[in-house]
Amino acid sequence: MFGKKRVAIVGAGVTLFRRNLKETGKELSYHAAKMALEQAGMELRDIQSVVMGTAPDAFDGVHMKGEYLADGAGAYHKPYTRVFVGGGTGVFAPLAGWWHVASGQFDTCLVVCEEKMSSCYPHPQYAFTTIFDPVLERPIGMNLIWIFALEMNRYMHKHNIKKEDIALVSVKNKRNALDNPIAQLAANITVEDVLNSEVMAWPVQRLDVSPTSDGAAAAVLVSEDVAKEVTDNPIWIDGVGWCIDSTQWTNRDLYYPDYVEYAARMAYKMAGIKNPPKEIDVAEPYDPFDYKELHHMEGLLLCKKGEAPKLTREGVTQRDGDLPTCPSGGLLGCGNPIAAAGMMKVCEIFWQLRGEAGKRQVPGDLRTGVAQAWGDLMQYGSVIVLRR
Amino acid sequence: MSAKIKHFPGEPIETREFREGKVLTESFKPKAKYAWSAGIAVSRFLEELKNGRIIASTCSKCKRIMVPPRIYCEKCFKPTDGWTYVKDTGVINTFSVSFLAADATRLKEPIVVAIIDLDGASENMGIVHRIEEYGDWKEIKIGMRVKAVWKPPEERVGAITDIKYFKPVKE
Amino acid sequence: MSLEKITNPFDARHWIGHMEAEYRYTLGIAGERFFKEIKENERIMGVKCPKCEVVFVPPRLYCEKCFAKLEEWVDVGKRGEVYTYTIATIDIDGKRLEKPQIYALIKFDGACGGLIHRIGETEKVYIGMKVEAVFKPPSERKASINDIAYFKPAE
Repeated sequence: MFGKKRVAIVGAGVTLFRRNLKETGKELSYHAAKMALEQAGMELRDIQSVVMGTAPDAFDGVHMKGEYLADGAGAYHKPYTRVFVGGGTGVFAPLAGWWHVASGQFDTCLVVCEEKMSSCYPHPQYAFTTIFDPVLERPIGMNLIWIFALEMNRYMHKHNIKKEDIALVSVKNKRNALDNPIAQLAANITVEDVLNSEVMAWPVQRLDVSPTSDGAAAAVLVSEDVAKEVTDNPIWIDGVGWCIDSTQWTNRDLYYPDYVEYAARMAYKMAGIKNPPKEIDVAEPYDPFDYKELHHMEGLLLCKKGEAPKLTREGVTQRDGDLPTCPSGGLLGCGNPIAAAGMMKVCEIFWQLRGEAGKRQVPGDLRTGVAQAWGDLMQYGSVIVLRR
Repeated sequence: MSAKIKHFPGEPIETREFREGKVLTESFKPKAKYAWSAGIAVSRFLEELKNGRIIASTCSKCKRIMVPPRIYCEKCFKPTDGWTYVKDTGVINTFSVSFLAADATRLKEPIVVAIIDLDGASENMGIVHRIEEYGDWKEIKIGMRVKAVWKPPEERVGAITDIKYFKPVKE
Repeated sequence: MSLEKITNPFDARHWIGHMEAEYRYTLGIAGERFFKEIKENERIMGVKCPKCEVVFVPPRLYCEKCFAKLEEWVDVGKRGEVYTYTIATIDIDGKRLEKPQIYALIKFDGACGGLIHRIGETEKVYIGMKVEAVFKPPSERKASINDIAYFKPAE
């Protein structure tokens, strides 16, 4: 076994995801955390440690945002850590929660993720410009969408992938989101809609992209002993992995996310998974852009390099397919409150494995699921394997 | 999202409601300004750009010629141990045609940005820069050869913008 | 090349810039009600946690101690007491102020928390001093903490 104690998720919560929510970031954190506790049948006094995952301070526009959000996350007078690895934060936060409990230091950990991007206007993208090298890249006029466009173009070029095949991801995820009550951009759209949408930074078009959002998500992590007391239906964290690639992003081959593969291998080794496509029943790869789902399916070793578009075309990744991906509706359908979006994926796998996903329920006997997030300068992978 | 949960909290508001004053807000504009030091390796790189040359640093252990240059090799973590010039020509590794400005406002004339693998540097040692003089943007291809277009020497200041852009060239 | 000691960043090769960002914060569920009460009714409100028997000022949606949702709003009055203070002689950019400005943390009877605000109509201040909120004229109020112009001595 990895760690001193086996760790289970016993409750999860999410708020609505919307372009603007009236609640403050603290209030959103509270709603998600409170819901997770209620679902677990626990109270704040049962919680021994708290982990907060939230993206750059520049989005909410509050410095020391982790500290600002602490009381809404239930951290009053408790050991508290804020973690941040860019877009990878939402899955990294439960990984950090895992080591809090797996180490034997705590029996319980409340993990909360929050983002309130609407505070930054006219558009949060502006705050993103400061992620680039101030001397070599910013003078060129860098813009966040460009790095995605550059990566997408390289990926398409390497495997000779058509935009039509990539657009299918957006169509699928937005449709899946129709069954998700929190979703911001659920819709029935066609491949043509995607291909005819506004060109933002070619090859990226409007409907290839997830929106900016406000929202929060949370989960309660407990040791095996506590899990047995509070639920008959714990979902185990059986694999964790994380990895970063070089910050010199112009020096990497962008067609493939090595770092996601390394993170996945770490998690699969821990979970004893030898054949990921066979052993994984449901997946939530990170999908801020449609091509990213494909990129990440390959990085997660759910298929061979360049093969994800084919699986998508054949319907394998639909909810009733052999390898359902983003049954939640993903970021493309639900919205992208950065850290909360990654955490929502973990919550979705939790509910899918418990058979509580309602209209979104993937059919069959689900035993193993994987959620993944990605971020920083296209360099960070965080992976979690959950089991019933 | 769990079927057991009937109510999902959150009070959505439309962006226009901010303008209409229907939502109470407080505004703030940070006034922080920055002067980012280029550091040891990139300062030398910028000095050489002023001279119309592109310099790389080398790691003899990993046999890498690295641009942008750095003082350490991130693979073996040894200090880089040499300097060498690379060419101002190269190949488009990947590119994007952007109709989006940094503040997400729309552009009529697109900006083309590319990662350019420079001749003389190790494989995949790209730098990011703009492409111009390309004619129709639909003709731009990955693998296309490009060459730097420099500012006149008297206008160079030791900045990445001393290279105005890269333009496509025939073999 | 050696690691040089440079104290002025402009002596090194550098690029100048700033962070283009502007923010608009929603006051939130509890905040919106709190500031409306100040603007419309000149009332400073707190919210009570029945379980922890604590009144929070400013009010919040939840009790940070027990996580209960808070719904019992109470008027804590316009009068408070200086809990601690500072006398500022320079502004946010480090420039000397024409006249020193007193800032205080003002607590309200029995409540947890308090408000940071200016103290006006006096040059004297001490811990424990009773103070009272002076509101701006209604036409100038914006549902902001600055709808209270300052606190003045109330003794």
